[in-house]
Amino acid sequence: MAKINLNRESMPRQDPKVRAKNFNEVALGYSAEQAKAEASRCIQCPKHPCVGGCPVDIDIPGFIKAIRDDNMPEAVRILKSKNSLPGICGRVCPQETQCEAECTLDKKGAPIAIGRLERYVADWERANMSSAASSVTPPKPDGYKVAVVGSGPAGLTAAADLAKLGHRVTLFEALHVAGGVLMYGIPEFRLPKEIVRAEVDYVASLGVEIILDTVVGKTTGVDEILNNGYRAVFLGPGAGAPMFLNITGENLNGVYSANEFLTRVNLMKAYRFPEYDTPVRVGKRVGVVGGGNVAMDAARCALRLGAEEVYIVYRRSEVEMPARREEVENAKEEGIQFRLLTNPKQFIGNDQNWVAGMECYEMELGEPDASGRRRPIAIPGSEFILKVDVAIAALGTRPNPIIPSTTEGLMTSRWGTIIADEVSGRTEKPAVWAGGDIVTGSATVISAMGAGKRAAADIDKALRG
Amino acid sequence: MYQILLKEDIVPNIHLFKIAAPNVAQKAQAGQFVVIRIDEKGERIPLTIADWDREEGSVTVVFMEVGTTTHRLAQLRQGDSIANFIGPLGKPTHIEKFGTVVCVAGGFAVATIYPIARALKETGNQVVSIMGARSKDLIFWEDRLRGTSDQLIVTTDDGSYGRKGLVTEPLKELLEAGGIDRVIAIGPSIMMKFSAKTTEPFGVKTIVSLNPIMVDGTGMCGCCRVSVGGATKFVCVDGPDFDGHEVDWDLLLARQRTYLDEEKLSFEQWQRRRAESSG
Repeated sequence: MAKINLNRESMPRQDPKVRAKNFNEVALGYSAEQAKAEASRCIQCPKHPCVGGCPVDIDIPGFIKAIRDDNMPEAVRILKSKNSLPGICGRVCPQETQCEAECTLDKKGAPIAIGRLERYVADWERANMSSAASSVTPPKPDGYKVAVVGSGPAGLTAAADLAKLGHRVTLFEALHVAGGVLMYGIPEFRLPKEIVRAEVDYVASLGVEIILDTVVGKTTGVDEILNNGYRAVFLGPGAGAPMFLNITGENLNGVYSANEFLTRVNLMKAYRFPEYDTPVRVGKRVGVVGGGNVAMDAARCALRLGAEEVYIVYRRSEVEMPARREEVENAKEEGIQFRLLTNPKQFIGNDQNWVAGMECYEMELGEPDASGRRRPIAIPGSEFILKVDVAIAALGTRPNPIIPSTTEGLMTSRWGTIIADEVSGRTEKPAVWAGGDIVTGSATVISAMGAGKRAAADIDKALRG
Repeated sequence: MYQILLKEDIVPNIHLFKIAAPNVAQKAQAGQFVVIRIDEKGERIPLTIADWDREEGSVTVVFMEVGTTTHRLAQLRQGDSIANFIGPLGKPTHIEKFGTVVCVAGGFAVATIYPIARALKETGNQVVSIMGARSKDLIFWEDRLRGTSDQLIVTTDDGSYGRKGLVTEPLKELLEAGGIDRVIAIGPSIMMKFSAKTTEPFGVKTIVSLNPIMVDGTGMCGCCRVSVGGATKFVCVDGPDFDGHEVDWDLLLARQRTYLDEEKLSFEQWQRRRAESSG
């Protein structure tokens, strides 16, 4: 047996000084040589524990072997038979806590870079294969009319799988473009919108009809959809409602939710204002409150838009940060300043009602709380003022109430999430399934995709009996 | 795309569009709004629904030229289309038989109050309407509003038509005379603020329809947040109607000024582009 190679191929990236001034993608992707070298490290172990770590059950050793064997069309086929959004997943999935964490070589400290290889395959397909649907021919629809609500990761996955299973799928989206958080939330430099559009086009090419500008619960309703001949509805509207801190001054001008800030920048292209009509105020000193990926995204957008000092203000320490390690490192390299163990007490305004500063506590960590992380406690008398002219609250989101409040028979938890079976996605309401953040609260792209996939399988089973 | 079936230039800078949007028309109710976007480079702005025709599948909106988007909108002609038209959004105005209701409209909000007055009338209320404008040439839909009101009072700031003065003056007299069960006041924020201040001493419930800056209009961004009764509310999903006595008006007015500098820059650029393309 060949000697195990523990030299993980590193990902080429834009220089931090350069990329801090542009919105181009940070990670540049493997070359063919790098991809092959990395794929060749895979020992093709018989138990393939990596597959068990993948929420959408991709045959990981299979597509990696195809890369190694120079059979790229086969790699594409294997990957896309389970995952309709590989270019997205290869970029934003936290592989380090999923497939790569299970990799046999992880024990040696050098797991196969599965995510980077996934991205390589998706990018190869886009560059080399004629049409987006070239790799999979959808069967002729012999199934039922099924509606999918929300075109984010959960909805796109459910729609694609249902179409592949032969159903006639209509996908309803509230915004003016499909993609949900992939379009409005995740910035261009981490997930180019061209990739999202290409993967949405692929889902459409499977026969999915995408209807934009339609707010289910307002423009139409779940029962109305069911009365219009749809045999099942999958709800994947996401957890779109931003949370705030509930402290004094947070309605001052210049205090944004991360959702608003990122939507203005990513979806409405405020970074090209005034060529595009939507403005955003960035300021010179920006304070982003929170420690997740969304906080990193907002901070890095602010930096690219010309802010001079950008702070991540987080109440715990770096170990407890929910953001991906890689994104924290990227942010640091670019010059984002981390104010850890710091929590805002109030926002202070100037005479124009604009935010001028954040009064913050220094924090210390006490006993572990319900989340298993050590509880942050404010140190009395430690207050200080961090001068900012824009503040962004990146504290997570709650479920949007529009669908639960307008749909009879759906059960919701006290957090407002829709109650659905963890595995199948079935809700209490007949013919209605749900999955993604609307069920779990804020989580990851891939977990939402897993939910969409399981629900699609269960819908197929229920309809075909 | 959503086609403009009819364009009416109501007064020089206030326009009416009847837009083909069958799904929105099916569901529209008095007090709701739509979010529109003109084209790829456009911003998303909310416009109140002024009327609808479920059979024709059309929705009517009325807007005043204020900033770049509304000026760009005003350039469009009958037969043109806009990229996006999303709704109906927000909660409908609460309509029931209250007794006697005073409907107060400031400026072009007469188009907003008209379907509300109509719904109130159809529900068996006595409707007294007050419409106010700066001057005679900005008055429109007087006949329509008269048709849905038991009594109509018109005011102009300069006295060029109707009664000289602000809408709050006849409002106060009606309240002093008594027998008013509810007031609905819609118009510029400052006019709604002073209408609410006028009714407060009389203890008459006063509903206002707030018009903050919005982006998505579906509760996703929080841009439109206001403070009502000390609690933060999102106008797009919790409103747009609120109890005018509980609204933090100064906060609303301040937040509406968030992008004054950008609005000015954007408008100047648009004017320059327009001058270049026509010259």
